Order: sequence, then structure tokens, then C-alpha cells
Amino acid sequence: MRVNLTVNGRPQEADDVWEGESLLYVLRERMGLPGSKNACEQGECGSCTVRLDCVPVCSCLVAAGQAEGREVVTVEGLAEYARQRAEGGATGARGATGVRGGESASLDAARRWQARGTDSQTGENIELAPVQQAFIEAGAVQCGFCTPGLLVAADELLEHHPDPTDEDIREALSGNLCRCTGYEKIMDAVRLAAARRSEGAGA
Amino acid sequence: MDFLRPASWEEALAAKAEHPTAVPIAGGTDVMVEINFDHRRPEYLMDLNRVADLTEWEVGEDFVRLGASVPYTRIMEDLRTELPGLALASHTVASPQIRNRGGVGGNLGTASPAGDAHPALLAAGAEVEAESVRGTRRIPIDAFYTGVKRNALAPDELIRAVHVRKADGPQQFSKVGTRNAMVIAVCAFGLAVHPDTRTVRTGIGSAAPTPIRATAAEEFLNAALEEGGFWDNGKVVTPSAVKRFADLCAAACDPIDDVRGTAAYRRHAVGVMARRTLTWTWESYRGARRTTEGAA
Repeated sequence: MRVNLTVNGRPQEADDVWEGESLLYVLRERMGLPGSKNACEQGECGSCTVRLDCVPVCSCLVAAGQAEGREVVTVEGLAEYARQRAEGGATGARGATGVRGGESASLDAARRWQARGTDSQTGENIELAPVQQAFIEAGAVQCGFCTPGLLVAADELLEHHPDPTDEDIREALSGNLCRCTGYEKIMDAVRLAAARRSEGAGA
Repeated sequence: MDFLRPASWEEALAAKAEHPTAVPIAGGTDVMVEINFDHRRPEYLMDLNRVADLTEWEVGEDFVRLGASVPYTRIMEDLRTELPGLALASHTVASPQIRNRGGVGGNLGTASPAGDAHPALLAAGAEVEAESVRGTRRIPIDAFYTGVKRNALAPDELIRAVHVRKADGPQQFSKVGTRNAMVIAVCAFGLAVHPDTRTVRTGIGSAAPTPIRATAAEEFLNAALEEGGFWDNGKVVTPSAVKRFADLCAAACDPIDDVRGTAAYRRHAVGVMARRTLTWTWESYRGARRTTEGAA
């Protein structure tokens, strides 16, 4: 079957999608967006977390057909999503991923498309979302497999709770497993991103 | 496999009548795992996300009519007052990502003894609104669970909503697991104090082939509370009565040994949870009584 959806602000269509296929598979294997990770395939680990119509979900538990006509933001689009949100005001991300250009992008163009900047291999010269930058600076990334899911979840937390308590952070990230860091550096990163955000807002 | 996308409830009922083997999918918590792991290859997958009515709820005089797909996140945040037991249970479901999509309809449809909503529904009192092209019926929650992962639905029926009795007193939910999130209950316990009818109701999860009430324990406690005049004098329930209640709750279990825990552990833990939840709820009932009397 064919599935039409908006991914990181761009209309996309996927053909020959198997009816039992997950949104995660469509994103990774059909749209060339491997940022969302495929680990447990049962909603346990959160490494496939994306925003579906603004709501954080495990994309492995969304049937591709359920995403028909809906808006998805993956970690690849997070920096742009955060930038548009910042420009549009501190809250209300709905609509932040407005469609740019009326025409459906080709699969090739989608594969070439990157969130911002040009060098996603080294992370240099790229304008990252504040939460991504904070993860780097706090050393919250080790093997990196859980990172995309954590970034999407943490970004959503800060969107709704600009000044979260440690409890808020733990709860918001409770669906994301990390087997390297012991979570402390991840907590540091979210606190850092929150602190910067409030500094920015106060300035 | 065919993917059915009904745009309305009527279309969904018609599709289910035409294809009784169609597997409904909403939050995907159970269905997608089975498909991802090749445990299930349904002939038809029916997406209910397009049926907007299912994500709505109405607060009535005595009941909340909770749409089958109202996400657990909404129950936690918006129905704490009306459905405190179910709100507590919802908060223990998996993770924020799962709670954003999953709803009580899925718990009921799967009818796993470990579903977190069941003990809360049993304790509060509820009826499942099942519908088919043949008509609508309301199935009392006590009659809904018919076996391990089996329920009273006919092949052409879908769950439209669950009518949960609004709280008229304190409610609690307790769950044993290895961590605070992403955990399938080793066992769980729900308890609701109903001052209007002067009864206490219970619900036990993951400790029998189906979710169950501890009816003998309820009958004992209700009689003990009545005889001792506890509803009126607001005294602490005597420790011997609490212990007897806890023992009867443990005795109501029919658990198995599995990877999550032994039968003996489950029985013991249910007794502990019964004692704790009764103590917590009775303390708040007494507190509320004092406040009311002080104001009068």
C-alpha cells in the first residue's frame, strides 16, 4: 500500500509498504532516515522515539498505515524543529513543522536532506538543537544508540516544562533505556539545556 | 494482510461485521509487538486512530464514559478526581511514549491478566460498552474476563467505551515490579472505598488466569466495617480485621510460577498490597470524614 505523511516538514510518500510494517521501518528503510534506532521492536527501549503529530511515541509500535496524513519529526529534523519553535515563541510547537514547498520531495532528495549544516559525520559546523548541544557538552553520549530517542524525548520535555525538576526529567525519560552512561550525564545534559533556555529567556 | 482504515465508528462496525477476523489496532502496544516478532499475521489489520469519538470521554452523574482510545496520559492528567484508581494505574503503564498512545480499550481487548487497568476497573465498578452492527450492549466488568487473554466480546464486536463508576471515596492502586517504569506487573492490586454504598471493592492483577475481585475478602470486610460501625465512627479498622482481609485477598489468588515471580511470592505480595491499600484509603476516608464534620 501507499503511505503519505509529512516527515520533518516535508511531504513524503512511500510505496509498496507492507500492511504490517512499522513507522520505524518506513523511516529507516524507505526514507533513508536511520536516526531513529531499531533496538527492541516492542516499545521497551525508546530508541525509536519520534514525534507523531507533536506527541512522542515509539515508532516501532505505530503501524505505517496509522501515520497516513500525519506529521512526523525524527531526530534528523530536531534542530530545525527546535529552531522554528524558538522563532515562533517558546511554546506551541504544533505547526512548527509546517510544510515547506507544496510538492512531494523525491526519495533521493529526502535522503540527501539534512537537518542543518552539512557535516553530520563529525558534528562540526552544524547548528544543533540546544538539547543536542547540551548532550555533547555534558558527555551524555557514549555508544550513541539510545541518544536519538533521548533527544526527542528530552526536547519535548523542555518544550512543556522549561524548568523541570529532576523527578520530571526522570519521569520524562523513563521510557528510554541507556546501557552505557548510568543516566547521570544524561540528567546533566537536560539540566544544562534547561538552564541555558531560562538564561536565554531572561536575557 | 489488508489494512482497513475506517473513517468513522459506523464504518468500523461495518468492517468488523464483514471481516470478523480483523484485528483492531489503536495504540499498537500489544498488536505491533506481535507483528514485529512474527507471532501474529492477521488477515486484516483495522486502524481505529481515525475514529475520533474513541478518544473522547464524558463525565456523567454516576459514571465516566471513557472512550476506548483515550490515552493513559489523558486519564492520568484529566481524570484524577473522577477516576483516581484508574489514574494511578494509568501512571504505572509502561512509559510516557506508550501512555501517549495506549488506552483502556487495548487493555480490555487483550485481556491479559497483567493489564494495569483491570484491577482499577474491577475495584471502581465498570461496564464495557461493546457494539456491533447488531446493536450495543454493556458487559459488567466482572463478566468481561473469560480466560487467559480471553474476553466476552463476540467476533463482530468492538469496544466503544468503558463506563467507570465515578469515585465516591478514596481509591488506591499498587503494583509490584522490578522498576518504576517499563514493567509488566508481577502482580497488582486495586482497592476502592465506596461510602455511598458502604462497600469496599477490590481488583487483583497478574495473580490468576484473569483479573479478579477478592469477593470473599470484600464480604468479610464489608460485614466487619458495618458491625463495628466504622463508617460512622471513623475509627481505625482493627488490625485483626485488616489481617483477615489481607489473608482472604491472598487466598483469592490462583497464581502461577513464571519468569516474573513465583506463585507463592505473588500470593504473599497481594496480601501485603491489600493491607497497605486498605490502610491508605481508610486513612483518607477518616481524614475526609473529620474535615466534613469539622466544617459542619
